[in-house]
Amino acid sequence: MKNHILPAIKLTAVLIVLLVVVYPLMVWGMAQFTSGSGKGQTIEVNGKKYYSNIGQTFNDDKYFWSRPSAVDYNAAGSGGSNKAPSNVEHLQLVQARIDTFLVHNPDVKKSEISVDLVTASGSGLDPHISVQAANVQVKRIAKIRGIAEGNLQQLIVSNTEKPFMGLFGPERINVLKLNIALDNLK
Amino acid sequence: MDTEIIGVIAMFSITLLLAIPLGKYIAKVYAGERTLLDPVFNPLERLFFKVSGINSKNEMTWKQHLVALLTINLLWFLLSMLVLMNMSWLPLNPDGNPSQSADLAFNTTISFLVNCNLQHYSGETGISYLGQLWLMFLQFVTAGVGMAAAVVIFKAFKEKSTTQLGNFYVFFVKSCTRILLPLSLIVALVLVFEGTPMTFEGKDTITNLQGDTVHVSTGPVAAFVPIKHVGTNGGGFFGANGSHPLENPSFFTNMTEMVAQFIIPMAMIFAFGFFIKRRRFGWMVFGVMTVGFLLLAIPNIIMEMNGNPEIAKMGIDNSLGAMEGKEVRIGAAASGFWSIVTTVISTGSINSMHDSSMPLSGMNELLAMMINAFYGGVGAGILNFFIFIILAVFISGLMVGRTPEFMGKKIEAREMKIAMIIALFHPFLILVGTALATAFPSVGTSAISNPEFHGFSQMLYEYTSSAANNGSGFEGLGDNTPFWNISTGIILLLGRFLPIIGPVAIAGLLAEKKFIPESSGTLKTDTSTFGLVIFVVIAIVAALSFFPALALGPIAEYFSLY
Repeated sequence: MKNHILPAIKLTAVLIVLLVVVYPLMVWGMAQFTSGSGKGQTIEVNGKKYYSNIGQTFNDDKYFWSRPSAVDYNAAGSGGSNKAPSNVEHLQLVQARIDTFLVHNPDVKKSEISVDLVTASGSGLDPHISVQAANVQVKRIAKIRGIAEGNLQQLIVSNTEKPFMGLFGPERINVLKLNIALDNLK
Repeated sequence: MDTEIIGVIAMFSITLLLAIPLGKYIAKVYAGERTLLDPVFNPLERLFFKVSGINSKNEMTWKQHLVALLTINLLWFLLSMLVLMNMSWLPLNPDGNPSQSADLAFNTTISFLVNCNLQHYSGETGISYLGQLWLMFLQFVTAGVGMAAAVVIFKAFKEKSTTQLGNFYVFFVKSCTRILLPLSLIVALVLVFEGTPMTFEGKDTITNLQGDTVHVSTGPVAAFVPIKHVGTNGGGFFGANGSHPLENPSFFTNMTEMVAQFIIPMAMIFAFGFFIKRRRFGWMVFGVMTVGFLLLAIPNIIMEMNGNPEIAKMGIDNSLGAMEGKEVRIGAAASGFWSIVTTVISTGSINSMHDSSMPLSGMNELLAMMINAFYGGVGAGILNFFIFIILAVFISGLMVGRTPEFMGKKIEAREMKIAMIIALFHPFLILVGTALATAFPSVGTSAISNPEFHGFSQMLYEYTSSAANNGSGFEGLGDNTPFWNISTGIILLLGRFLPIIGPVAIAGLLAEKKFIPESSGTLKTDTSTFGLVIFVVIAIVAALSFFPALALGPIAEYFSLY
């Protein structure tokens, strides 16, 4: 063991240079060529900056709602509910979310509420909702904003992100981008 | 067909297609043959060995391998405790995060040292950027150690009769420089262009569209996440791991990270076949592992896509599947698929919360770790599977009344004893750990966050994940307490080093023996019949020892739901 100690120390030192200094610098260098320069992708609206990949709380009736979050969209403390499918407390919470949704959206049938609108995401920061989750909110927003339902449906279609290369993974809608577009509609 | 399903099939197929050429490349690297990256790495490695005073020509016996391996690990352990317990005042801490307590630092150190990455802290608040970079270092080198240990087995079966099994440092350094580093750079390239941050600026503060103020954690994420997957480490930069939209911003990154974690475990099997010049044997191993993997993965995809029956009963549109703990951009199918890949190959990164998986999905995740030999972690997978091969050879030998032989070497009492100890030690660690936590409810059971059967599953999962060096968790468990930190820390250590020492010792002992040329009386080990025997041995040894525990947890939960 003794004659391995010094080589181990020296080898660790040179590997630290390669893996902890050179490698991150290379990645950092690559990131400088991207749109956000490695600081995350952002959208600027009226001089205000938003992270397009980080979900936000949207619970105002005039906006498309985002999904429930176990951490209230705290982007400095991500996490899910970690509730088991059999957990009674969890099931009661889901039921309560359905009831709340129906109070705010009286024109909607219960069977139209998409499950992503009443369950919390894994990160608590999910920036997306499903297409059906956006559609089910159209009537409420049309009424409050006085916009024709057809225009809102148009907006949803133009904000729907297709599967990767048209083939892989689900369709989804970035709630922040959709709501920014909604604000610009007037 | 459903684009979610196509996405899953694509991830598996792409991995397989890339794993075969990568396997060839890996075999060449360890055999010291010429490869594409020689002009860069030959001089670099020569420099490394010169500076470190290592004679790369110096071949080692299996014992010398283990001594070198354990010495360097001990050094990393000490360094790691030093960094994690002092990072609050060390540089690169823009968020002002605190140092870790001694028991938490012990747990974090051990868990990254053993390539497990069980995390009892949360990335946003529990560690500085310096700490993250240090853990990233461990993610590289521990994967390299696992691969170096696997290569000892490669070597032992390549040579006819030898005690000289190559140089540990050469295998280890080459694994880091020629395999892990280039792959990580490719993955990082995808990540930075898809929006994963790479910055040292610390938390940002923004006002969101509804007017609330929000803090946003970023950091050198795009350097950390690639090696976390390529090295099957799995520790997240953020608390939410691979479900966090900055770690895994799109379905494209999800596919990339999936291939990244899956490819080396698969390629190592082919590399073994290429290295010992028995490709058919490599394909037999791949076949057994793939059947086992699919038997776990396909049900999970279906169960997660079908969703929670209790929520369906509420009368809503449940067509997206079990979305609690899942992300819309990833979807239920790719989440179910990932939950098995990450548990069979011991990555332990997650893109959905396993605690919220459907009951039998949770059982399959547990089984994947309990068996721990379908593909398996970088390097470690081959080592674990090797034990089952030895057992299968012995049992088949007894059944047909011949001396058990493997690759021209007699398997005798000493090798069998080691193999049995290693095979039984895994269930021993898991079941005794869980039993202890249950027996002392004030420190053990008090950590659970879900009632009834699922609460038991949470504890079982934590110890299974520790013993299998996986690192995922049923994360509702409040596990940052001295009891959980120390008990899982000890199991992590034993669960890593014994399964390295055992197989390396067996391989070393076999390598020393006289080579018996193949004859018509030799048991063929590259046939599907032998594959079936291995599969049965795995089912009996690994699965059955856990059945009673599984019946108390996920199976009971299943029957309470359906």
